[in-house]
Amino acid sequence: MAELMQFLLSGVTVGAVYALVALGFTIIYNASDVVNFAQGEFVMLGGMITVFAHMAGLPIPLAALIAIAGTAAMGVALNKLAIEPARGAPVVSLIIITIGASIFIQGVAQLVFDKQLHRFPAFSGDTPISIFGATILPQSLWVLAGAIVVFVGLWAFFTKTLTGRAVLATSNNRLAAQLVGINTNWVMTLSFALSAAIGALAGVLVTPITNISYGVGIAYALKGFAAAMLGGMGVPLGALVGGILLGLIEALTAGYLSSVYKDAAAFVVILIVLFVMPSGIFGRKSTDRV
Amino acid sequence: MTTLLEVSGLGITFGGLKAVQDVGFRVNPGEIVSVIGPNGAGKTTLFNMISGVYKPSSGTVKLDGQDVTGLDPFLLARRGLSRTFQNLQIFQTMTVLENAIAGFHLQEKGSLLADLLHLPSMKFRARAAETEARTLLNRVRLGNAAEKEASSLSYGALKRLEIARALALKPRVLLLDEPAAGCNAVETEEIDHLIAEVAASGTAILLVEHDMKMVMRISNHIVVLDHGEKIAEGEPAVVSRDPKVIEAYLGTEAAHA
Repeated sequence: MAELMQFLLSGVTVGAVYALVALGFTIIYNASDVVNFAQGEFVMLGGMITVFAHMAGLPIPLAALIAIAGTAAMGVALNKLAIEPARGAPVVSLIIITIGASIFIQGVAQLVFDKQLHRFPAFSGDTPISIFGATILPQSLWVLAGAIVVFVGLWAFFTKTLTGRAVLATSNNRLAAQLVGINTNWVMTLSFALSAAIGALAGVLVTPITNISYGVGIAYALKGFAAAMLGGMGVPLGALVGGILLGLIEALTAGYLSSVYKDAAAFVVILIVLFVMPSGIFGRKSTDRV
Repeated sequence: MTTLLEVSGLGITFGGLKAVQDVGFRVNPGEIVSVIGPNGAGKTTLFNMISGVYKPSSGTVKLDGQDVTGLDPFLLARRGLSRTFQNLQIFQTMTVLENAIAGFHLQEKGSLLADLLHLPSMKFRARAAETEARTLLNRVRLGNAAEKEASSLSYGALKRLEIARALALKPRVLLLDEPAAGCNAVETEEIDHLIAEVAASGTAILLVEHDMKMVMRISNHIVVLDHGEKIAEGEPAVVSRDPKVIEAYLGTEAAHA
């Protein structure tokens, strides 16, 4: 029982990180139908910039803020320099551009930072909290809280605000959105900034638990993508539920089968989702009108 | 009366092809100006240049005296120019009502924070937009379809929805690209009345339409394009007798017959 509880707790923690990455996917996908595979690099940048700012003597909260703002600026740069010039290209080409950007960011990070594993102290110490015989790190609670706050914030943004609805309108039909006076370029810029900031937040929150290095981005991007697909691409609730489910599947696979198969779990999930329900748990079926 | 929309010397080339060249005309408030011409004459291309979808290679577009050549569509929308498309630009997965409400986007000004806090003023604003949107939908006979998803509507109904959304912007200049295409005779007549009504309220209307009866009936002024050039313009009665126009539509044989 305690064993199962332990697997569940660690699964939810990892899942919350995947949920944050998946939420990042959701925003850019909603604005542009692009699946941004550089999303994982935003997580890496969030963690790495915080680490180096902290090493330079800044307190962690300030370092984290700088990391989030800096990563958001990187997101805007990605949009302005790589996505916007290719406007009008098919979505698949844009997705390939994001893969290229991901490799580029990783390479630059290797040069600007270094190739070592890094971490900084947890926000509320490292004394485990015990729940039903299992233990959870205080930092895990931070990760969970982060995922929930971001989810609620995004939900309110997309359903309650005019700007959020403008993002949805842009994804629905870009030209029609322009016709009713929406600045679709601005919507794209905003989406990339927001998405990068959320990725960076995930990086900041998870670094004290899992450590960070220049190369972790791809793994986060793939897991976050699997989570977003599982929940339904473009649906914030789907990203949250998909992320946590994926985390649980991974933790249970690692616990009861073998930790060797842990990473395979995510990809088996992608395959099953694509075969059985391509639009995910909460996704809408998409149809084209001819 | 001051000219609301003034187009002069407008042209565009795609590669080496001169799709439209040196087209000019004016539209006054309350006036209905139709652009006609055989298929491929460049009518939609002309519309795309005026509404900012294409950037013209030469010439100018003036809106109320100000040069707006090549501005993005969203900026033109903010300046009071709105349009519909021949091949429909609708938010397909939103409801009919949401599509109409989207047209009020610009009037629904409010800060992000006020929205998030759900302030009463924002609720009031949203309700006002909804009421106006429903009124508009009734006007284009889509009141009963308000809650349906747009993609479930017929082509003719979507045409009317697009007109409703364009009207929601309370445009000073309205460009309609084949509003009656895919509509039956009764629906065409309704659109007829709607256009006349909108024009009577002072909006300048530029129309592309293949239904010649409709064009002759409601236009104040007609511009005829052929192979991307203006070959004639004037009142409907004059244009319909112009030998160059007859030639463009029916060929030289008929013109000389």
